Amino acid sequence: MGMKKDYDDIPGTIVFDADRGREGYHLNQFCISLRLQKNRDVFNANEEAYLDKYPMTAEQRQTVLDRDWNRLLEIGGNIYYTSKLAANDGINFQQLAGLMTGMGNEAYRKMMVEGGRSPEGARYLDEWDEKEQN
Amino acid sequence: MARITAGVGCSHVPAIGVAMDTGHTEDDYWKPCFAGFEKSREWMKKANPDVVFLVYNDHCTAFDASCIPTFALGCAAEFKPADEGWGPRPVPVVKNHQKMASHVAQSLILDEFDLTIMNEMEVDHGLTVPLSVMYGQHGIEDEWPAQVIPLAVNVVQYPAPTGNRCYNLGKAIRRAIESYDEDLNVVIFGTGGMSHQLQYKRAGLINKEWDIAFLDRLTSDPVGLSQMPHVEYLREAGSEGVEMVMWHIMRGALDEDVTEVHRHYHVPASNTAVGHIILENTTS
Ligand SMILES: [Fe+2]
Repeated sequence: MGMKKDYDDIPGTIVFDADRGREGYHLNQFCISLRLQKNRDVFNANEEAYLDKYPMTAEQRQTVLDRDWNRLLEIGGNIYYTSKLAANDGINFQQLAGLMTGMGNEAYRKMMVEGGRSPEGARYLDEWDEKEQN
Repeated sequence: MARITAGVGCSHVPAIGVAMDTGHTEDDYWKPCFAGFEKSREWMKKANPDVVFLVYNDHCTAFDASCIPTFALGCAAEFKPADEGWGPRPVPVVKNHQKMASHVAQSLILDEFDLTIMNEMEVDHGLTVPLSVMYGQHGIEDEWPAQVIPLAVNVVQYPAPTGNRCYNLGKAIRRAIESYDEDLNVVIFGTGGMSHQLQYKRAGLINKEWDIAFLDRLTSDPVGLSQMPHVEYLREAGSEGVEMVMWHIMRGALDEDVTEVHRHYHVPASNTAVGHIILENTTS
């Protein structure tokens, strides 16, 4: 198993480190291909056929099809990559954050305008209360 | 002899570029964000650098996951704004001071910083947004007022280079520029930040207190600040807040004593705290 990491006790956060980079390589390369319109056109015409070109795991593939944004990060995706899949779907960074936090777009946007999520109660796993946070 | 006269710290939030490109800077949401850069644009006119040495990070645009250089120096003649998924930004092509860039590359490697040299590279919002906020609107047909040497730093895949490494790289960049034989005025930009987390359940984290302390310590305790461990950025400033390490490269390239001539802080721009500072060298 891997080494203990000093950032493992930060709640609600997936640090995209070298281990995740290894696990998520093909998933992320798929996502970044959607930066270009010509690739988006092919993907949108037939998602399954387009995904065949990328040797990702069966779970990664299904999670892409399901658009399960948090799970994508848990299995090796990085936000700068998964955001390209979101953009293909017409979802911008802020709307994506609304989905990942479970808050929804309006509540998330309001939180940001009011100064963002406070670090109080959000630094360590043992002080983090997911329901309180939303 | 070329010399570094000042440093600029500046966020590079993509939404700021979009607001400028689509004419929304006067909206209630954006107005206070842009107001803080009015003084900066006047300052830029007066400072009038020949060359901007611009430290930024690429966001999986020029570099995808297949190649992740920690430090990549732009040595091409020019750099086109990249298509990040919505078409390229309508801003001028970025022109390099190619002779100085190749001198800097050579000097840094002999100074034991093992750079990647980029002879072809497109640039994304990480580089063009700081130019836009500091110089104001410039269209495609236009030119940026200065030549630009880009230095791309990996902050996407953990670990980014340490603050200490970045600070010392800044010192080496200064040695490189000061050993360049032409009389040129160089301003160095460190970009990215401030506190923000774009991902997962803690997205939206903003730590104003931490950000303000960071800005304060750029003048009062730059060396101490550069010793901050990565885990503190991740915990206190959010997972994407770790891009603040790039500001240490800018800071390391300046005098130990600097004068803060301008500061701006605003929340939010999209998911991010916008931070900005201008530091002038006292000796030049
Ligand atoms: Fe960035």
